Amino acid sequence: MISLKRSLTELGQYVQTMGRTLAVPDRMRMFYKQYVTEMYQLGYNSIGLVLIISFFIGAVICLQIKLNIQSAWMPRMVVGYTTREIMLLEFSSSVMCLILSGKVGSNIASELGTMRITQQIDALDIMGVNSANYLILPKILGLMTMMPVLVTLSVFAGIVGAYATSFMGITTIPELDEGFRYDFNQWFFWCGMIKAVVYAFIISSVSAFKGYSVVGGSVEVGKASTDAVVASSILVLFADVFLTQILT
Amino acid sequence: MIQVSHLFKSFDDKEVLKDINATFKNGQINLIIGQSGSGKTVLMKNIVGLLTPTKGQILYDDRDFVSMPKKEKILLRREMGMIFQSAALFDSLTVLENVMFPLDMFSDLSRDERVKRAQLCLERVNLKGTDKKLPAELSGGMQKRVAIARAIVLQPRYLFCDEPNSGLDPKTSIVIDELIQGITHEDQITTIVNTHDMNSVMGIGENITFICEGRAEWQGSNKEIMDATNKPLQDFIFSSDILRQAKIAYDEQKITRK
Repeated sequence: MISLKRSLTELGQYVQTMGRTLAVPDRMRMFYKQYVTEMYQLGYNSIGLVLIISFFIGAVICLQIKLNIQSAWMPRMVVGYTTREIMLLEFSSSVMCLILSGKVGSNIASELGTMRITQQIDALDIMGVNSANYLILPKILGLMTMMPVLVTLSVFAGIVGAYATSFMGITTIPELDEGFRYDFNQWFFWCGMIKAVVYAFIISSVSAFKGYSVVGGSVEVGKASTDAVVASSILVLFADVFLTQILT
Repeated sequence: MIQVSHLFKSFDDKEVLKDINATFKNGQINLIIGQSGSGKTVLMKNIVGLLTPTKGQILYDDRDFVSMPKKEKILLRREMGMIFQSAALFDSLTVLENVMFPLDMFSDLSRDERVKRAQLCLERVNLKGTDKKLPAELSGGMQKRVAIARAIVLQPRYLFCDEPNSGLDPKTSIVIDELIQGITHEDQITTIVNTHDMNSVMGIGENITFICEGRAEWQGSNKEIMDATNKPLQDFIFSSDILRQAKIAYDEQKITRK
């Protein structure tokens, strides 16, 4: 009963914080500056991680299918086709966002939590600045802008990883080519983009709320950072089930 | 002038402020003093609007801050400057950007004018040439001075300082006190300083409010404090040996003069 009351209270606080966040910025010049900074910090700085993980996962998926699924009874294009569909439908759009919720979510929560305990947020409030709007909105919009870019890069890196297996002599470029081109449904790409935007909102808003509402000291900032990753990961998985059902 | 009347603040069942009445005068350094846990920080947070009082009135030059609409509150807040105990400078911004921040948010000045105004404020707190440094590269005293510069950059009517000398050595504390005093007198602003630093009390306390267990027990100046008969105030002020001896010497001198 107590935990239900706490959850509902937290949900109410989240809605209130988002109400203050999703307002017209006090000063557009300052908003654009923050927006560009956040796109760089949350998006651009994650490109390396996305490329490395996607490259190797693309290669591993390709190897697993080649070694464990493909048989004499299956067409040659199965390896490339399955790799493409897994990357496009689930890995790049959902699993990659789940991985990014760890990096980006903890980054957002710890940054805002530290600002809260060092009274930097109080300083903004005293000045008459809508602190939630000034600090959180650029993070949400910045990540929502960059996430589709990261998902696209992830798909390409995965495909490059799959091609790389041909250098190990396990697959061949022509058979992968055939699979990658076979029966391509453009809508699957847009599904990934829609998912990316929704997950970006979940990750950034939940993590920002956790950091923004910290009360206490460094221990609480650490806890908020962990809670942010856990909560946003679970919500991304929930959203994945519903979005997959709705979109495909 | 800021007037606080019949102010109460409770957290769940715990009543922290109990019927506080105090007047903070214009053009003077108004100190709020009291032991740790007496409620002085809660009082200041209520005055600046970081907390909402359970009951009572806070008047900023006859404008009721507690009951005014949110939009008016935001506008009134732009007349306030605050120096926090931890300085609360924005880590990711340079010294100049920190001081320029309120101007960037609320003024229509050109960039050159904003830079000029911020540099003027930095000069006023003796921090010329630190423009490009980050807060982490500064000493505690310098960070407090940047916080003062940021607080005064919009020429506020009300200045709030929450324990501005905490963590500073006595010499730097005097520098900070003198800066706050100078700004208050020159700009004729209402300054409220939350402190338990006795040097500040004796040095700059023109109007002192003593808080004890959530009640305003005494109000007067640093000149009157030596003659105050309030027992909790005497216990608080003269708790150290040096001040106790100073009080004894003062009383003896008074008797001799008579």
